[in-house]
Amino acid sequence: MEYLFLITVDESQMPTRDTATPDSGSDGMAAWLAYNQRLIDGGHWVAGASLQPSESTTTLKLGEGGVSATTDGPYTETKEQVGGFYLVKAADLDEALTLAGAIPAPYAVVEVRPVMFRADA
Amino acid sequence: MTHADPADAVTLLAREEGGRVTAILAARFGDLDLADEAVQEALVEAVATWPERGVPDNPAAWLLTVARNKALDRLRRTTSAARRTRALAPDLLERDRPADERGLMVDDETVADEHLRLVLLCCHPALNRDAQVALTLRLVGGLTTTEIAAGYLVPEPTITQRIVRAKRKIRTAGIPLAVPAALDERVDAVLQVLYLVFNEGYLSRGTDAVTRVDLADEAIRLTRLVRTLLPEAAEVAGLLALELFQRARFATRVDAEGTILRLEEQDRRLWDTDLVDEGNRVLAQAIAAARPGPYQLQAVIAAEHANARTAADTDWSTIATAYGQLAVITGSPVVRLNQAVAVGMADGPLAGLALLDRVEGLAEYHLLHAAYGDLNARAGRPDQARVAFERALALTDNPAEQSLLRSRIAGL
Repeated sequence: MEYLFLITVDESQMPTRDTATPDSGSDGMAAWLAYNQRLIDGGHWVAGASLQPSESTTTLKLGEGGVSATTDGPYTETKEQVGGFYLVKAADLDEALTLAGAIPAPYAVVEVRPVMFRADA
Repeated sequence: MTHADPADAVTLLAREEGGRVTAILAARFGDLDLADEAVQEALVEAVATWPERGVPDNPAAWLLTVARNKALDRLRRTTSAARRTRALAPDLLERDRPADERGLMVDDETVADEHLRLVLLCCHPALNRDAQVALTLRLVGGLTTTEIAAGYLVPEPTITQRIVRAKRKIRTAGIPLAVPAALDERVDAVLQVLYLVFNEGYLSRGTDAVTRVDLADEAIRLTRLVRTLLPEAAEVAGLLALELFQRARFATRVDAEGTILRLEEQDRRLWDTDLVDEGNRVLAQAIAAARPGPYQLQAVIAAEHANARTAADTDWSTIATAYGQLAVITGSPVVRLNQAVAVGMADGPLAGLALLDRVEGLAEYHLLHAAYGDLNARAGRPDQARVAFERALALTDNPAEQSLLRSRIAGL
């Protein structure tokens, strides 16, 4: 089966260019690289990305004939926003939960959602 | 052919064999929903045909065979389902009518393992607590949705919806029929579900007892089952013992007017000594494993009460020790409160009051103030006792508790 991991973070707690220390940056990056490698080596990797901050979002509302509204910013203005995602292959929910639980993002909230259908799969 | 009443025989069969057959079919076909539907369909057939044809000699074998055939029929009905079958149960589909049950009935150990997996699946953390309870009663316990709804005094569609949603989540999210790596955690969830069911039956008894399925007895039955599946788990035995001790006191918990009676007011001659004896044996076996836990400690406390011939014979120092250990494990302030009350009985009211002063976070809890009232009264401080009882009175809406507190104030 395939599962989408939606990683939600409190953006106000994210390190910015001003608060990040060289150390925390490289440690964090090493953890992410190791995690990605684990997914690849285990045959779980399908796709994954970290996203630009939610302020960079453009939200479209679709009506019957196409776009009915375009807004600057995310659909819901909350502190917690999706910061990244993975699309993984896993045998079952238990394996998916084990993988999602190992994401190196302290205090993040991870939603694990089974994929129903993917046209290119 | 037996002469048992067919309707009773079907209910008995559902209770005793429904979970096991569901587990076997779910493992063979890799599809829990299919297994459940097939077992339900077979039971419906039993209800329809047994009154006329009589109850089969071996109802368990009958259920397994008929439910297996119902599952195969369902699989043949749609092409997409047939595709699944080829992938998941090729040997079953190819032999149209197997001459024997070898394909289904492997050794007892495998069946027990499959049965355990079903029990564990029903309490998977990806399912909410209400869903875990409903699934456990239906799939493991063999209760109908009608019976579960009656037990919980909720409309039947509520229970049906819960079960349908839970089975859909199991299928779409890919929750496996597997023994999890964190087995202890999962077993703990199973025990929480069983104790919730037990307490539902325990607390609601006396309100509408005539039509209600006895959830407390069902919980005991299922705890016994889990104990046979996990004989090494001391906490399972601990929960069973706890349930048996509490069940032994059912008859004396309320008086003729429905007022709750405290332990010291209950007529101990009416306690069920067979259940107490069994509780003692089960608890002794649990403790022999030397793996203590919260259910065993609660059972130790219940055992001291259940085995005391009179309230005055109660061994309060053992109870105080057990509450002390339970408080360390759970960190619960209510357990600390109970510990203080037990110490007050064992070592005198002043010792109890000293512990009570260290209980935190229960300032709005009426039983904390009732305990202050009781200990102060026994310590010869009627003025402090009155203040505490009045505070307790202001904090409870329960009429039975209120009348009890008023009589304590009047008696100062």
